[in-house]
Amino acid sequence: MKRLIIGLVGVAAFALAGTQAEAQQPKRGGNFNFAISAEAPHYDPHGSDTYATLHFSSPFHSTLLRYNLSKFPEIEGDLAKSWTVSPDKLTYTFVLHEGVKFHSGDTLTSADIKATYDRIRNPPQGVVSTRRATFADIESIETPNPNTVVFKLKTANSSMMDHFASPWNVVYSAKDLAADPASPRTKINGTGPFTFVEHVKGSHVSGKRNENYFKKGLPYLDSYRGIFTLQAAAMLNALQGGQVLAEFRGVSPAERDRMIAAMGDKLRVEESSWTLNLLVLFNTEKPPFNDVRVRRALLMAIDRWGGSTGLSKISTLRAVGGVVRPGSPLATPEAELVKLPGFSKDIKTSRAEARKLLKEAGHENLKFVLWNRNLAMPYTPAGVFLVDQWRQIGVEVEHKQSDTAPYIAAMQSGNFEVAIDFSNLFNDDPTLSMTKFLSASKNPLNLSRANDAEIDKLYEQQLRESDVQKRRGYIQALEKRLFEQGYQQPILWWHRIVLSHKTVMGWKMSPSHNLGADLAEVWLNQ
Amino acid sequence: MANLSPTVPASAQFVLPKRPNPILHFVRAQPMGAVSFIIIIIMMFAGLFPQFVAPYNPLDIDFASILAAPSWDHWFGTDAYGRDIFSRIIYGSRTALVIGFASSALGSSIGAVLGIASAYFGGRIDNWIQRFMDILLAFPIIVLALVVVAALRKTVIYGVDVNLIIAIAIPIVPRVARVVRAAALSVNVMPYIDAARAAGYSDARIIFRHMAPNVTAPFLIMFTAFIAQAILLEASLSFLGLGVTEPIAAWGLMLSGNAADFYREAPWMVIFPGVAISLAVFAFNLFGDSLRDYLDPRFKT
Amino acid sequence: MLMYTLKRLLFTIPTLIGVAVLVFFMLRIVPGDIVEVKLRGDGGNVTQEVVEQERKRLGLDRPLIVQFGDYMWGLARGDLGISMWTERPVIEEIMIRLELSLEVAILATIFATMISIPLGTAAALFRNTWIDYVVRIVTIGGLSIPSFWFGMIIIVSLLTFFNWLPPITFTPIYVDPVANLSQLIWPALAVGYRYCAVTARMIRSSLLEVLAEDYIRTARAKGVYEKLVVSRHALRNALLPAITVMGLEFAFLIGGLVVTEQVFNLNGIGQLFVQSVSRNDFMLIQGMVIMIAAFYVLINLAVDLLYAVFDPRIRYGN
Repeated sequence: MKRLIIGLVGVAAFALAGTQAEAQQPKRGGNFNFAISAEAPHYDPHGSDTYATLHFSSPFHSTLLRYNLSKFPEIEGDLAKSWTVSPDKLTYTFVLHEGVKFHSGDTLTSADIKATYDRIRNPPQGVVSTRRATFADIESIETPNPNTVVFKLKTANSSMMDHFASPWNVVYSAKDLAADPASPRTKINGTGPFTFVEHVKGSHVSGKRNENYFKKGLPYLDSYRGIFTLQAAAMLNALQGGQVLAEFRGVSPAERDRMIAAMGDKLRVEESSWTLNLLVLFNTEKPPFNDVRVRRALLMAIDRWGGSTGLSKISTLRAVGGVVRPGSPLATPEAELVKLPGFSKDIKTSRAEARKLLKEAGHENLKFVLWNRNLAMPYTPAGVFLVDQWRQIGVEVEHKQSDTAPYIAAMQSGNFEVAIDFSNLFNDDPTLSMTKFLSASKNPLNLSRANDAEIDKLYEQQLRESDVQKRRGYIQALEKRLFEQGYQQPILWWHRIVLSHKTVMGWKMSPSHNLGADLAEVWLNQ
Repeated sequence: MANLSPTVPASAQFVLPKRPNPILHFVRAQPMGAVSFIIIIIMMFAGLFPQFVAPYNPLDIDFASILAAPSWDHWFGTDAYGRDIFSRIIYGSRTALVIGFASSALGSSIGAVLGIASAYFGGRIDNWIQRFMDILLAFPIIVLALVVVAALRKTVIYGVDVNLIIAIAIPIVPRVARVVRAAALSVNVMPYIDAARAAGYSDARIIFRHMAPNVTAPFLIMFTAFIAQAILLEASLSFLGLGVTEPIAAWGLMLSGNAADFYREAPWMVIFPGVAISLAVFAFNLFGDSLRDYLDPRFKT
Repeated sequence: MLMYTLKRLLFTIPTLIGVAVLVFFMLRIVPGDIVEVKLRGDGGNVTQEVVEQERKRLGLDRPLIVQFGDYMWGLARGDLGISMWTERPVIEEIMIRLELSLEVAILATIFATMISIPLGTAAALFRNTWIDYVVRIVTIGGLSIPSFWFGMIIIVSLLTFFNWLPPITFTPIYVDPVANLSQLIWPALAVGYRYCAVTARMIRSSLLEVLAEDYIRTARAKGVYEKLVVSRHALRNALLPAITVMGLEFAFLIGGLVVTEQVFNLNGIGQLFVQSVSRNDFMLIQGMVIMIAAFYVLINLAVDLLYAVFDPRIRYGN
């Protein structure tokens, strides 16, 4: 009962805060301290897949387009003043804002956009580009004049606009890249609302107002400081004590309840479903996981619905869903979902069948190592949950948690049997989430190392399909094939809860923690 | 010649008093030591037969009773997964004891062998061993343990991380070696050792039959004290996420992660594992202390 | 005395070289380095070729013995190399954090000294009374309670009872002493408890030993006031072994800080060390271990020299 009341207070607080934020006139000035729960390994979002880099770097940079978070997933211009897409969807023309200055003083031109996108799609030696594949369809980038840039595509691609709005594809200066293509890793020079002041290793990053920011009147803050709080407990304590005023990744419901109890109406709580999921992943090259019966049995032993009820109280995990975020337009409805292996609501029957499958495959007393990242939230709960689920069909699992980098290296080198993987998305476009299921021969980032021509075909069909109903059909067919083969499968989708002091205004909640991190419109109501 | 056995002359430093019942005498002389010994016995029973003591399986997740307060059903309450904290502490004592005993035994034994060898052979061998021990002594215990963890990573055999045991054992070696060497040196100059040498006994025989029994007292004291250190070290490493991993029940691990998040709703999550570590380390420390007072005549009234 | 000091200083060099050799080869028992981990950790598709190139750039493709020679040559010039993870000089990474950790250590020492001397003395003078038992339990508690748990209890208590939390970013003491102390006094308390316990126990036992010695008995027999006996004769001699212990414990404080800094979110040496271990940043681990060992050996030396100055029974020279 107490918990329920606390929950209601939380929702009420959110609703109230929303209306207040609309009503008031922004105030200029002040220094804003917020928490970043991890430290950026380097400064280059092009070569990164962690929000730590974005929360660190976004205030220094701009992107070509971006999402309008008040009307997500609508897209708006950032550096681009306007744009047109040709009817055949093969030519994208962007007109840039004029007089945009880099922090170094140089003026931004279309050449900078070209250099940036060339670096992403075709990285020079020594440069890591994490999302290189997303621009594989680009044939050429042209710069007819300093304010216009034209992208020509080989084939139509229904996700292209989302990639131009991606928060990761920040624009660098062509001059910097010509001098040293790797320089963004260690040096910061952008066109964003804040200029870089210092990065004290292990402690914090700080920035001050960019007086020459191209959006007039912004940013509101004089300066900000992103403080690294590596332990969740330290972050919550700091928030409660007022040393930081917000944390923008997200906390669990139990943590939220604790903070509401401690801070009462000084705290603002904002909630949203999250474009993130955790997956269970099998290395299909390692026996016995090359046997579809073993993979399926393990998936069928997971009580997702029961797990969702429990895990959603103590972790950021919540919704049961397929490969597309539950609740978003292209998601598979629950009635369809429960028919797929691993999603049955009758867990007893499902587990009995799982045991039978294992027996058939000759692996009744299966033992293996489950790889996981050593992040407290929500990786550890997911690992503890899976170990418990598999224990119930007589499978013994050793849970191996390691730092992110060695974990990813093990995934990529195929040095694992079973793992908990993550899908870090920034929008609901299914193409984005399904790329990781493409055959390993086509996509080296398919960590299950499976090759499946049918999945490739369905992926291609949905990518080129403009009819939404048909596209949905392809996506559901792909999902069915994927789960029946059991290469990888979402465990649960995340639920985002962001806590901030009510004095923090102008920040916008969205289903992705990768978005809206530039702080341009944030102000303090003090 | 057979009566050159160790019972005849005793070391100058450590005299075992001849009493009919040493246990009774120990209890009378060291009441605190006796209390700590009882705690240790209880802990060992819990660690050896957790299934008889613990009311629940420590891995059983029960989402229906998350963060439940202590009650008749759950004596120490439950954690964020609804797991019974009392059961996890009972099973955790197994983790603590296995790692504590194994690493202290390993470290102390190697240390004792090196110490005795150093004292017995003297000269160059002594010199080399001592220089090596000096090098190991220049590391703070946890720093050396962490370096070993970094170097060896993990090797799990029967659910026990062998490398973790090695990591904790290595820092113990030089500390025991130094004390044992000092004790052995004082025996080495005793006439009966010379007599044994003159009689042409092998080195091994002299070391094991004549010297080893006389360094038993300091060895036992060190062994007990380092069990305490090892338990503390295991808890620290697990707390740092470099020791035991979830969902295995281990005290240090129970304090890591988000345990402290819930201090307001579930203070028992923070209190009981910490008390368990403290009590175990306390018992072994106190026992080692009492053992020293008991065996070392210098502090006798 | 000068000759003695120099000679002792010279003797520390082989130990430190030994430490360097030991750490270097120990970390390389298991083959593999973090180049691959670092490059692939970003999720990009990194080819084997790129990995090899990066290895070459960092000089990791050379035979181990060449790398070792290179490392030792660097050490000889006071260069600890470049962190494999952050690609910044190891010295620089350490220096950023040294001030904070050192200050916590010093605060803990002050705290320990102030408490341990009266505690230890009382326990010895009132031996086997309830005072002694209480002190013994409190001090064994200091050896038993994990400092990180004690730290957690401190934080939780501050939040619960005062709804206040120490600052979480470091301000040097010369910039703002209040902010500085209000941040660092708590971790100092957490690690200082053990320190205090060890010292108090040492004072107790060495005081007991001294009190049993002949000259004290003589003084007592001569009718010298008990207070005077303790303060002038006994305590002075009993403090010597306590100094040794304090010196050693000071050097070992880093051990307590390794865990406690995590609890307090302090950007210090301990936190850096744990990070470098979980990232397998060998260069950083090596550099820090050598620095910590050097620190320990020098403190040890300083304590010995101090001992020689205070205790006339010790002869230096040979």
